[in-house]
Amino acid sequence: MSVGKVTFTKVEREKLAEVLWLLNWISVVTGAILLGMGLFLKMEIQKWQEVMSEQGVLYVPHMLITTGLAACGINFLGGKICLDCADTNKFLRWKLVMMPYVICTFFFTACILAGALMCYSIRSQLEESLFLGLRHSMRYYKDTDTPGRCYLKRTLDLLQIQFQCCGNTGYQDWFQIQWISSRYLDLRSVAVVDRLRNNVEGKFLMDSVPFSCCSPLSPRPCIQQQLNRPLAHFNFDQQSQHLNLWRRGCRQALLDHYTVIMQSISLVVLLIWLFELLVLTGVRYLQTAMENVIRVGDPESESEGWILENSLAETARSNFNIIKNLGKCYQVDDDPNIDVPAMMAEQEIKSEQVQVQRTS
Amino acid sequence: MLALADFFVAIIETEISIAPRHLVALLPLFPRVKLAQGLWLLSWCATVAGATTFTLGCLLKTELRRRAEVMDNTDIHVVPNTLMIVGLASLGINYFASKICQDALDAGRFPRWKNFLKPYFAVSCFFTVLMLLSVIMSYAMKGSLESSLKAGLRNGIRFYKDTDTPGRCFQKQNIDRLQMEFECCGNNDFRDWFEVQWISNRYLDFGSKEVKDRVKSNVDGRYLVDGVPFSCCNPRSPRPCIQYHLTNNSAHYNYDYLTEELNIYLRGCREALVHYYMGLMNTIGAGVLSIFILQGSVLVSLRFLQTAMEAVAGKENTEIETEGYLLEKGVKDTIMEYLDPVLKFFLLKNGGKVEEGAAADKPAAVP
Repeated sequence: MSVGKVTFTKVEREKLAEVLWLLNWISVVTGAILLGMGLFLKMEIQKWQEVMSEQGVLYVPHMLITTGLAACGINFLGGKICLDCADTNKFLRWKLVMMPYVICTFFFTACILAGALMCYSIRSQLEESLFLGLRHSMRYYKDTDTPGRCYLKRTLDLLQIQFQCCGNTGYQDWFQIQWISSRYLDLRSVAVVDRLRNNVEGKFLMDSVPFSCCSPLSPRPCIQQQLNRPLAHFNFDQQSQHLNLWRRGCRQALLDHYTVIMQSISLVVLLIWLFELLVLTGVRYLQTAMENVIRVGDPESESEGWILENSLAETARSNFNIIKNLGKCYQVDDDPNIDVPAMMAEQEIKSEQVQVQRTS
Repeated sequence: MLALADFFVAIIETEISIAPRHLVALLPLFPRVKLAQGLWLLSWCATVAGATTFTLGCLLKTELRRRAEVMDNTDIHVVPNTLMIVGLASLGINYFASKICQDALDAGRFPRWKNFLKPYFAVSCFFTVLMLLSVIMSYAMKGSLESSLKAGLRNGIRFYKDTDTPGRCFQKQNIDRLQMEFECCGNNDFRDWFEVQWISNRYLDFGSKEVKDRVKSNVDGRYLVDGVPFSCCNPRSPRPCIQYHLTNNSAHYNYDYLTEELNIYLRGCREALVHYYMGLMNTIGAGVLSIFILQGSVLVSLRFLQTAMEAVAGKENTEIETEGYLLEKGVKDTIMEYLDPVLKFFLLKNGGKVEEGAAADKPAAVP
């Protein structure tokens, strides 16, 4: 009981080979597109990797890049093979390579699907990474004199300006950390000393935000200080407060930005996967049809092509047996060419005699 | 291409006569055919180049329009407009050039272009010269651009606070975005903000003593501060941005306003914008200059081909050598010849006088 059996005439076989040659070349282009998208995603993630806590997110673009390269290579080879398959004589050259080629194509098609699904599933990991990374960056915002952290201030300011966001979840996050370095605090001043003493950990906390949180859309000059006391500023009503700073948190802003990119990439990757599936099916039919032609012996005759020779259950069982027997290659069995030692032969004769006695 | 090179070598080797005919070259059949073929290819390249010129013009115009709110006048737009016109014209010119080259390969079909070629060359020369002019203009109009930006930025800074006045409510947003994007502050530099009241009266508490004092101390009753808007802040500064009391060292701890370089942007927005636009126009100018050379060589080669083919016309044996030349008469005479119809059209010359002049010239021109 074959799965998907189709009969091919000689003309149909040649047409199938030509079509597959063309499809393989198109697949090389789609493989290049995959590679390009992987590189683009990698560059986008690396642009803001300072505000991400771990680089685990990079495995998605790496997967896309490897799959893209594999696609280009395998489909380039496939194009050559399919072109030769139109002629039975040339097919004989590739006979041994065909099965591994089909298996490789099957595996990297599965990888493409995995890549597409990964793009969807990465969102929660990305959110966690951004939350921790932004918290870390904001904590070290003031350390512009510490090697390894001196550019965090610039990165965070540029991030807030470009993505129009403020803080981790909102602008209040800045109230909970000391973002003004002690180098610029006059520790002799009474106000400063009072504030430091008020805080349990001796940090200089203020209800103010850096300038990069300011929104140019506000009709009034930006108010950065004393944000918890709106009455400290003249005519600072609700609407002014709403427009004054960016309301969105940077975690949400970055998450939205990356989600859009990854969703578009995964859509394109899914379409490529469907196309590759089509190519894989065609190649499998071509392979089985050509093998059957050779088995029959007449190049001009019709032949059958299928996806699986037996039903799914039988194929699974036989493959499982093959894998089970892989480890048994050195065991003794009924091969007459194997030299069996004398003792073993006597035991066999004795058991035979016992059996004969029983039957008689 | 090789044939074209041979052709130009032939010109150099031939004597350049100082008689009325300028730049004569002997063109037997084979180089003529090769010239026509090479020129056909070159004219298609020039068509693509013409499309590129048009695109460059559009690009420049888009960039200028993006910052139209800080420009006082649109004089500078003449540069991209000219580029777009020249680009479109050169598409037409080169299309006809390729058609003429195609017909030049066949001596029978060439004569039908006879009446078309004189106005064609006049128009082509005009547009090619216009291309060169546009490049010169892009360098020469730097002063006009600078004064336009100076006036525009001055207005922008003056009306920064008027976010409730219709027609000016977006000035604040535009100036803030401009300063953040181009990393600049003010017109000449950040001190321009000290001379203007950029905080609206709506947000000033006139009950407070400090505000009243400051307003009184100014002749015009304006609230002037030695402070700048937040968009002047430099993210590269190691310390949180100091916007107010910039000239008062004692107002901030560990701060010296004379040596502080990273706190706010020190460059003026006029300088930043002029630098940006001149850079853009220099790049475009370099491209257009090379396109001008290409277009010029197409026209010169086409002229040689035309004169060579005209000598063949009417003869039975089309494979003879013919002379090709650039100008039949001297440069001055040729210009007058082309200008006569134009001047007649404008009635600047009498019809009778021109004929007498032409009759007097002819005996002198015959060698």
